[in-house]
Amino acid sequence: MSVVVRTIARIIVPMILAFGAYVIMHGHLTPGGGFQGGAVIASAIALLLVVFGSGRLAGHKNLLSLLEDLGAIAFVALAFLGIGCTFFRNVLAGSGGLFGMPVPPGPNPGFLNTGGTLPLMNWAVGLKVAAGLGSVVLLLGLFGGGDDR
Amino acid sequence: MTIGVHAPILAIAVPLLGAFALPVFAKVHRSLRDLWAIAVGAFTCAMVITVAVQTFTSGIQVYTLGAAAPTDTIASGGFPIRIMLVVDGMSAFMGLISALVGLASLVYAFHFLKEEQGKTLAMTLFFLLWAGMLGMEYTGDMFNFFVFLEVTSIAACSLVGYRTWESRPAEAAFKTMALYTVGGLLVLLAIGILYGEYGALNIAYLSSKITGSQLDKIALGLLLGGLLMKVGAVPAHMWAPDAYGEAPAQAAIMLVANTQASLYGLWRVLFTLFGGALSAPAVGWLVTSLGVLTLLVAVLMAVVQTDLGRLIAYGAVSQIGYMLLGVGVGLTVLPSRPDWGLVAMKGGIFHMVNDAATIGLLFLAAGVVKRAVGTRDLRALGGLGHDLKWTSGFFFLGALALAGIPPLNGFASKFLIYESSFRLSPILTAIAVLGSILLLAVFARAFQGAFLGPRLREAKPASPSMLVAMGVLAAVILAMGLVPGFFVEHMVTPAAEALWRGRDLYLAAVLGG
Repeated sequence: MSVVVRTIARIIVPMILAFGAYVIMHGHLTPGGGFQGGAVIASAIALLLVVFGSGRLAGHKNLLSLLEDLGAIAFVALAFLGIGCTFFRNVLAGSGGLFGMPVPPGPNPGFLNTGGTLPLMNWAVGLKVAAGLGSVVLLLGLFGGGDDR
Repeated sequence: MTIGVHAPILAIAVPLLGAFALPVFAKVHRSLRDLWAIAVGAFTCAMVITVAVQTFTSGIQVYTLGAAAPTDTIASGGFPIRIMLVVDGMSAFMGLISALVGLASLVYAFHFLKEEQGKTLAMTLFFLLWAGMLGMEYTGDMFNFFVFLEVTSIAACSLVGYRTWESRPAEAAFKTMALYTVGGLLVLLAIGILYGEYGALNIAYLSSKITGSQLDKIALGLLLGGLLMKVGAVPAHMWAPDAYGEAPAQAAIMLVANTQASLYGLWRVLFTLFGGALSAPAVGWLVTSLGVLTLLVAVLMAVVQTDLGRLIAYGAVSQIGYMLLGVGVGLTVLPSRPDWGLVAMKGGIFHMVNDAATIGLLFLAAGVVKRAVGTRDLRALGGLGHDLKWTSGFFFLGALALAGIPPLNGFASKFLIYESSFRLSPILTAIAVLGSILLLAVFARAFQGAFLGPRLREAKPASPSMLVAMGVLAAVILAMGLVPGFFVEHMVTPAAEALWRGRDLYLAAVLGG
């Protein structure tokens, strides 16, 4: 693609990534979450693919599939955290530690440090979806034929 | 104590974790991957057996995900809202079938799959399919059932079509995917209707609320249609021969077990979910006549097949007909004739495990044939018995068991079905017996064509792990044929009674009181 497109992409891609991370991070407070944020991040990968061509990204295929696996493993592992009580038990909620702030009753603007294992699971899903959709897009690009620029 | 309490969820979560971690281990080293696969497979089987023993000795097992304790079924507000696993006799029985088939498939795959032909991929999909099947069988929540149904659909279609270097698997996978998706959507629509009506997804809670209104009947129709599509009953059977025939042998037997998991979903819907509202024998007659139609059409189609894989596939479809016949007869006479209705149910349910073992054995033997000479075309095969001695023996055993020859397991379950369906209508029995005779003819021809006669070419004998897998299934066939009373008394009867009169117990286990 032309130098204009490449320059704009260099500016926009970090913004898309930041927005995706925001959607994932606030998944337990606002609409959105791991899947939606992951899809936003994957759209950044799609943009890179269009602008720079699949050849430049082909080397990252194995990394993406590894990240996808790790996201899925992290999700199941987080569910196993609660096996002392029951599978999927939210052991971090209200414990005072990471994401463990007790939620005060009544209306509030939303506190990021709440939700227990939920935000962590959102991150796991986000990683899985971003890497999974990213590798789908990448594979479509790689199999798409020889007209990559 | 603790591991026993958590056994139902571990049986689902561990193969799921196994599927996700397998590619990572494969990147490190192949032997690490194989070790992991064996460990996960053995642990899953141990958990399924633990669940079954607990259920058969001490009643229904309930496991509530995310609650303070596994038995905390009712959330604050007096309403079962969490995802829940409810394992009664029928679920435990189905879990055992899935574990048996999964174990055989895993052991067989070790020497059957080739490294350069996507062995890691196939094993990953296998564990995903296994987790989905066990999830369908153990869950006590309608939406969760749909999720696991879709997990099995995706994993099964990928297993049929992952060999992208051949053209036919892709076509079979596409056909299967289309029908699975339509079936899954029908099920989802029905669940949406029920959710809109009663605001709940828990099977036990829904069952206590369902009154049999017009909307409920529509939901029942959609569930029946969707699940019968996944099962491969006759009007929607056309995906089954393609999928079974084109899938590699270790995946084909998982597809058979997956079909039975959908069949289990059908029983759960008919007997537990709608068990209180459904009193007309019309649905029973529908299931019975679809069963008879399925077995007749599938057997007639099997007669004309020349490909060994497709021939066995039509045999597999016909066996679904026997199960529908047995349980359909039970459903028809549920309110009126409890004495022999239960016999029909036992026959239909016993036939599920028999079918898993016999069809599984035949598919595995066909896989050996394909690997040995590179083709399964009966017109080109012949004399394989000279080289494949064990395999031909196993195929012969499987064929006899499938046709229902007396000392084997197929006879035990088919006899229960004949005996009870005769009392409903002799025509049903006549068609069922005709189907068995035709099956015997079909498989006698297949056996003669593939294994007997002069040696036409050198064949590569089966590898040890493949022989062990077939040996396990053959041992199950012989054991269930020689002492059917033991299996009927300790496994089949609790499963049949869980459906037949167990609805109140199922509801009480979840809702209390």
